[in-house]
Amino acid sequence: MSERAIARLSGALADALAHDVTDAHVVRSTELHCSVRPAAVPALARLLRSEFAAELLFMAAADRRADRAGFEIHYLFAAERQAWLLHATALVPADTPEISSLATFCYPASRFEREIYDLFGIAAPGHPDPRPLVRHAFWPADYFPLRKDAVPRDFTDDGRAFPFTEVGGEGVYEIPVGPVHAGIIEPGHFRFSVVGETIIDMKSRLYFTHKGTEKLFEGRDPAAGVELAERISGDTTVGHALAFCQAVEAATGTDVPDRARHLRVVLLEMERLYNHVGDFGMIANDTGYAVAHSHCFRIRERLLRLNKSLTGSRLMRGAIVVGGVRTDLPAGLDLAVELDAAIRDFDEIVGLTLENTLVLDRLDGTGRLTTPTARDHGVLGYVARASGIDIDARRDHPFAAYDRLSFRVPVHETGDVKARTLVRVEEARESVKLIRQAVERMPAGPLSAPVRELPAFHPAFSLVEGWRGTIVHWVMGGPDGRLWRVKVMDPSFLNWRPLSYALLKNIVPDFPLCNKSFNQSYSGNDL
Amino acid sequence: MGLIRWMKARLQNRRGAPVWQPYRELIKLFNKEVVVSNNASWLFRATPFIVFASVVVVTFLVPILAVPLPFDGVGDLLVVVYLLLLGTFFLSLAGLDPGSPFGGMGASREMTVAALAEPTVALAIFALALGAGSTNLGQIVARTMTDPASAVSPGHLFAFGALFIVTLAETGRLPVDNPATHLELTMIHEAMILEYSGRYLALLEWAAAVKLLVFFSLLGNLFVPWGVSMALTPATLVLAVISLLVKLVVLAAAVAVLETRIAKLRLFRVPELLSVSFVLALLAVTSSFLLR
Repeated sequence: MSERAIARLSGALADALAHDVTDAHVVRSTELHCSVRPAAVPALARLLRSEFAAELLFMAAADRRADRAGFEIHYLFAAERQAWLLHATALVPADTPEISSLATFCYPASRFEREIYDLFGIAAPGHPDPRPLVRHAFWPADYFPLRKDAVPRDFTDDGRAFPFTEVGGEGVYEIPVGPVHAGIIEPGHFRFSVVGETIIDMKSRLYFTHKGTEKLFEGRDPAAGVELAERISGDTTVGHALAFCQAVEAATGTDVPDRARHLRVVLLEMERLYNHVGDFGMIANDTGYAVAHSHCFRIRERLLRLNKSLTGSRLMRGAIVVGGVRTDLPAGLDLAVELDAAIRDFDEIVGLTLENTLVLDRLDGTGRLTTPTARDHGVLGYVARASGIDIDARRDHPFAAYDRLSFRVPVHETGDVKARTLVRVEEARESVKLIRQAVERMPAGPLSAPVRELPAFHPAFSLVEGWRGTIVHWVMGGPDGRLWRVKVMDPSFLNWRPLSYALLKNIVPDFPLCNKSFNQSYSGNDL
Repeated sequence: MGLIRWMKARLQNRRGAPVWQPYRELIKLFNKEVVVSNNASWLFRATPFIVFASVVVVTFLVPILAVPLPFDGVGDLLVVVYLLLLGTFFLSLAGLDPGSPFGGMGASREMTVAALAEPTVALAIFALALGAGSTNLGQIVARTMTDPASAVSPGHLFAFGALFIVTLAETGRLPVDNPATHLELTMIHEAMILEYSGRYLALLEWAAAVKLLVFFSLLGNLFVPWGVSMALTPATLVLAVISLLVKLVVLAAAVAVLETRIAKLRLFRVPELLSVSFVLALLAVTSSFLLR
């Protein structure tokens, strides 16, 4: 299937872009890697969109001035529900670091290009919206932290205010919220432009949590990168650790043993389960239905304790290692029975909540994200699946043992809070089925395989469907076998912006509900 | 108030804070430093006292334990309604005063709710006043005591329903406002007092609790007056205290069960609920008038 598509793709590239695209070769049977002239990237993207229905999924830059006298820009394209991926690399010279912008016709590219400018100083002339994205307001204009020669400096507050777009008109006023909130949540500033109680615009100012994670990866031993990946977003420990390990395994050509693959499925689904259960309670709580909240947290606590007996850590830290997993299923623990009881409990709470007409009235039609808007923004995960976009990396780009397990990908069309809630409830049920299958079919064998040294400057990446959506980790080794560059994409990076669109024409008191139904990560968004 | 919280916790499978927790919180707040916004005027400082004073005066005018009331001559039903509205009015002004966005938001919502709820309070009690032939609350109670059959008359029942809904709205309970939320954007009452701290906050919290008590006593004593002391003798007063406590527990339980069973209404649905209560009150007046 994907062989045929890749053959067709390389044929089309050779025909249409013979002088621009070179060195095309197939890696790991589903990936076509190639080099592309920087000026030809828009032509490539348009060809992929029109002929193959493929869209940009991810971009990463790497500082290769030391050995290639320039910066490399890597593009990853994928088509919905197809397994093949195109990985294209463009080299831009160090003295004129500029790329051809895709932002005029591709929204995700706009985000990535802004991020690349902020961190590498590689400009994208013609970008329709070249404002800073991740750049901290106090950084000096010539400071690009991910360049290899960047030196940390002291920053001071220059006293300038953040330029928010002003919305004028009679009766329009602004409500600023945050970045410090009343609950124990991450920092984010939201500015609503409101007429009466109706939201006509919402600007979010995020990026208060820059930790320099990608820089911290550089120079680490690959095995020591896992603990960093686990901390990218606290609630997605397994998702990010797995994506990172798989990327390193892809780069080193490590074949993970079957038992470890099944155990990885168990861990990833446990993470999905406890997050979905907890968030269902949070959504119910935001409608004022506190009973569901306290019961969901009881069930979540039960799942966290189960995590602890599985891995020794409630958030399953340290469970996944490069080459496999650290611990086997503990003897005497009947995971299937425990989970059946938990999901039965959860189903009862879900039933109670969704039978309540007052709760349903709050969820129904609130915060609607239409399918075209969702598609334009390249949204991922349950936000996409609630807006009628049928994507799931577990099925489309199978990893771990997902190609041997059967499961359903729930999709809803309406795109409102109710749809997002239902998608998550159904996914939680599927997770239990997946864990049961993985435990039943788990073959005997070793837990991990030896890992070879990381090859120098061979990019590799991996896609993992974390509970929030598709996570991409992209890894490149340096000449010393250590990590040279790691680029991480949490689904939040693409999912935050459409929240503003979902809010339009909703009322202010419904914002917490909409926000909770998206529940994106602030930390995973701002590395 | 503590009782409602405790019952809700038990109904939600939690252990819950003890019933007297609100008093502990009041003591804590009275001992805390007051932080006042630089933008706030004298209005902001005066409001807690006005609000607290107005509800305290209301307690003198409402039959809580005994009738006839010592201050019967001072004011009747209308004074009660206006005093409650006075507190709400100043609270809204104080919400606007420091210029914080949440205060203004809360104030605008509170005025919407108050504008719909206050007429219902007046109208519902008028329904009873028609029966008693007086707008004096003490005489209404006395009248129902002497004529028990009128307690189950349609006018009474409609008025009770109307006043119960308004009680929920006026005291910031579900489904109108969520007293347990931390989300500023959804608040009504809490958003207005967000800028208050220390003893000012204590006074406002206390006033809110007393207001709840006033409404509960109105519900309990106007509609089910038995137990209210008619003569100021020790024996009847003890009986009055016990019967009042029983009524309060029953009403608190009703609110707790209700709050556990339902979710918060979407803000734009609140006027619909309040219109229902207004219509109930109107029906109450009409039926008392026709059946008199």
